[in-house]
Amino acid sequence: MDLTTNVTGLQLRNPTILAAGILGSTASSLKRVMSSGAGAVVTKSIGVALREGHPGPVMIQTEHGFLNAIGLANPSYHEFTHELKEAKGEVPVIVSIFGRNAEEFKEVALGLIGAGPDAFELNLSCPHAEGYGASLGEDPNEVEKITRAVKEAVNVPVWVKLPPLTSIVKSGLAAQKGGADAVVAINTLPAMAIDIESRFPVLGNISGGLSGAAIKPVALKCVYDLYAALNIDIIGVGGVSSWRDALEFILAGASAIEIGSAVYEDMDVFRHISEGIARYLQDTGCDLEDVQGAAVR
Amino acid sequence: MHAEITQIVNETPSTQTFFFDLYLGHVPGQYVMVWIRGVDEIPMSLSYSNAITVQKVGDATAALFKLGKGDSFGIRGPFGNGFSLEGKSILLIAGGVGAAPLGSLAEKAKGNNIRVKTILGAKSAEELLFKKRFDNAGDLMIATEDGSLGYPGLATELVDELDLAKYDAIYSCGPEKMMFRVLNIAEGFDVLSRVQFSLQRYVKCGLGLCGMCCIDPSGLRVCRDGPVFRGDQLVGTEFGQYTRDASGKRVKL
Repeated sequence: MDLTTNVTGLQLRNPTILAAGILGSTASSLKRVMSSGAGAVVTKSIGVALREGHPGPVMIQTEHGFLNAIGLANPSYHEFTHELKEAKGEVPVIVSIFGRNAEEFKEVALGLIGAGPDAFELNLSCPHAEGYGASLGEDPNEVEKITRAVKEAVNVPVWVKLPPLTSIVKSGLAAQKGGADAVVAINTLPAMAIDIESRFPVLGNISGGLSGAAIKPVALKCVYDLYAALNIDIIGVGGVSSWRDALEFILAGASAIEIGSAVYEDMDVFRHISEGIARYLQDTGCDLEDVQGAAVR
Repeated sequence: MHAEITQIVNETPSTQTFFFDLYLGHVPGQYVMVWIRGVDEIPMSLSYSNAITVQKVGDATAALFKLGKGDSFGIRGPFGNGFSLEGKSILLIAGGVGAAPLGSLAEKAKGNNIRVKTILGAKSAEELLFKKRFDNAGDLMIATEDGSLGYPGLATELVDELDLAKYDAIYSCGPEKMMFRVLNIAEGFDVLSRVQFSLQRYVKCGLGLCGMCCIDPSGLRVCRDGPVFRGDQLVGTEFGQYTRDASGKRVKL
């Protein structure tokens, strides 16, 4: 069963993509994910300067998913160019980038373009680094400005990753207006945990983002709403751990789905999800295009 | 989990063992994430099923050294894959605080009637960790860099004098330069698959998700696929060459 998917001009062998921040810091870990069946991979978010991230704990497992506040740890775009060159391989590599403003985003994109990224994903949605991510993604004017700045600077597709908000459609429309080739929905939801013995918030950063199965219904609603309002590709992400989850997102209008937390249980989750989608399409006598957005009424 | 400190033992001038009120069913070589509240969280090998043995190296360990009996820290784990105990006659090669997980392995081996020989190295006699534990478990050879006890020099110089083919399994933990030398010696004897190394990398999440501790070029995760790896998994990798700092930047060893 052919699962080849075209997303913003990139040919994906299947619609599963490694989500940003998971196993994405080094070329070797990205390649390991490629060999476990992913249709594309997104790197860890890269910025203008080296960042060590927040103090630990930076990630914990809770009963409903994972909480993380890594804090945009990255070695800077200068250092990451080597990893990116090495990571280029069997499937497209999308580089997640972050910055404080349009100028920083543009600097990072231009700094990395020589290493051959297949696309950029603008991190306008990280919920746990002040001045970055969601604090920009919640403002449609900033979303439009940053998207336009990167889009005008580079000649590869630009995806915009949005924070999960009731106004996500406004931010999505702003990204589209700024020239985005796709929007990615959603990032983690702001969340926290408290240790009752010591009465300390558990994450070193006090709060962070919730990922995993718990956020799937929220993400699905965001994708559904965006698909109804936008004319560009929507990439769904949030709590996908099975082929059934993935199909829900595709039926809600997603062209592809990103997978993060589910890697914890199964390194080969990409292959398993692709196989499940292929079986479903075979059983129903459909191809991917037939089912994409089929639930939108 | 909440761990209350029940006893603190001064092992050497730079290391202390913190016993706590939880018994973690663990395989020697497995580690826990220790949360010193308000400071940081760090990976630590278990030196007993209810203790960690720590060397003061940074902010988090300095804060840990300020705690006393009755104080507490948070703990997650045990995580990762520990040492696999194999054969009838084994060799342990420990350097500095790397003796921490091997002390527990030596006792388990002795309990299983396995013949244990240990090469224990440190900078000086007073820095030798778990001398008595290794001595009780079998043969012990000592190396000190300043010559204050045993062979004057590096532990690996003692390894050079042994016939590694005689041992069913070899276990090593210590500075990476030391372990890299052990890897090279083992390669010479063609026994790479018999040697198990416990690696140290910047472990951030401990869950195998963040990817900060992955080894080049295999992408194996030290936190989840390790921290114990066999020699044949490490040949031709970054092992002995470089590691990465908190940002993911490569740092030459």
